[in-house]
Amino acid sequence: MEDILLQEVMDRYLSGEMSAEEKAHFEQLRKNTPEIDQMVVEHKLFLQHMELFATRNTLKNALHDSHNRLTRKGEISETGMPAHSGKLVQLWHRYRRITAIAASIAGVTALTISLLFALFSPHVNKSQLQQLSRDIEQLKWKQNDQGRTINEFVPKTPKDAKLASGGTAFLIDPKGYLVTNAHVLKGSKTIVVNNKGQEFKARIALVDQTKDLAILKIEDSDFKPFAALPYGIRKSGIDLGEEIFTLGYPRNDIVYNMGYLSARTGFEGDTATYQISLSANPGNSGGPVFNKNGEVIGVLSTRQTQAEGVVFAVKSKSIYQLVDELKKNDSTSQRIKVPLNSNIKGEERKEQIARVENCVFLVNAYN
Amino acid sequence: MKFDSNEQILLKGLANNDTKAIDTIYKDNFKMVQAFILHNNGTYDDARDIFQEAMITLYEKAKSESFVLTCQIRTYLYSVCRRLWLKRLQQLGRFGLQVENFDETVPVEEDLEMHEKRNAEFAIMDRALGSLGEPCKSLLEAYYLQKKDMSEIAAAFGYTNADNAKNQKYKCLMRLKKLFFAQYNIGD
Repeated sequence: MEDILLQEVMDRYLSGEMSAEEKAHFEQLRKNTPEIDQMVVEHKLFLQHMELFATRNTLKNALHDSHNRLTRKGEISETGMPAHSGKLVQLWHRYRRITAIAASIAGVTALTISLLFALFSPHVNKSQLQQLSRDIEQLKWKQNDQGRTINEFVPKTPKDAKLASGGTAFLIDPKGYLVTNAHVLKGSKTIVVNNKGQEFKARIALVDQTKDLAILKIEDSDFKPFAALPYGIRKSGIDLGEEIFTLGYPRNDIVYNMGYLSARTGFEGDTATYQISLSANPGNSGGPVFNKNGEVIGVLSTRQTQAEGVVFAVKSKSIYQLVDELKKNDSTSQRIKVPLNSNIKGEERKEQIARVENCVFLVNAYN
Repeated sequence: MKFDSNEQILLKGLANNDTKAIDTIYKDNFKMVQAFILHNNGTYDDARDIFQEAMITLYEKAKSESFVLTCQIRTYLYSVCRRLWLKRLQQLGRFGLQVENFDETVPVEEDLEMHEKRNAEFAIMDRALGSLGEPCKSLLEAYYLQKKDMSEIAAAFGYTNADNAKNQKYKCLMRLKKLFFAQYNIGD
């Protein structure tokens, strides 16, 4: 009971309800009794905290009320803009940084993937095999180029001629007989160009679509027959893995490539062709495929579109068959002599190329 | 450092819990804070919480005797909100975020330290009162906060006389003090 009384006195003292006399009396009591003094201090502190709690609570409620009131009035709104911009805008504001990052990552990824695809994927065509003759678009600029580089002599392509196709051909007889692919000769007339840019008119002597081979004969007074060909045309087959190289005109300049014999048969088991592994491009069609001794073992013709580095070459044996056929039909061609032996055996590749490249021609077929 | 008598009036009003003053400050500044929070991965609710927290800080500052506001209310509130929101983001573990700054700021660290301390004390009292239960809570609030007379309280709570109410109030007060100081002294 005494404690309750003391508490009441303390409350009255702290809330200032005491009379001056009573207050003086109580302060005397505090001075004399440290326990009571301590109780008063503690109680005061406690009341302060009660007070703080109360004011904080009041303020919180007041703020809450303010917020609701202002929202009702439309002074503030969820979007921060005067009421009409929607949820989407808010979401945009919240996530725009993330969106930006995500978008850039997606963009970079997409670019990288498409780049990788462009680099590594084989060019998918409808046909599985791509003939390596150059198409007309490529020839358009070439035509211009020719016009520029050989101004000193009259271009041999008739002015209104429409270039149809292009490829590579090589001599099989020093008198001017060339072999190329039949698919290179889409037009009716041909021009052959040697590696120095000199043009010669050529006649299509024989076309064998089954073998995909054709023989051209240079009929041009500018052409000076060779004494002999440096290379031979091989009659027999070669071994798997044998090193091979080719020269051709995927562009206006002669291009060298090397590889190896991958299979003794060609596309889908075709025994008339080899599968070889090297990099070939449109324009390489009709180019000679040499073994390391400098013997022509085939005529580069097609590549598989779904696989990289899978190229097919018509076996050189077919060239002999073709020449025999030509001799039968054409009396002027009786003197064709296809060389069997190579004169560049054992020479360094550089020298082999230097001697061979004169015999490899760019073919332009036109109508 | 603009001294604006209009702002002084507003602050005085805030210190006295004047509804009009609170509304005015609220209206003038909330949008800015909202824009800031929304721009920095916050939500509307985050903005409201942070802004009200800052208002409490301003209130406490306005109430203190040594109060001098050396900047505009707007700048002060923005500074506090910015600080609070950075802290909140750090607690959420989003260290990598760069908080967009589009306004000048004043140092508010000291005020916030004080504010944090009061927040903690407030939470202790809140918990203590919460675990005290009824009718003790209401009884003590009626006496100490609403400053009601003991006989009034006795009538309102249904005690037969003021003495019984006084007796009950004493018991409640002792329990509350025990609860409060148990936490409070640990906090110290």
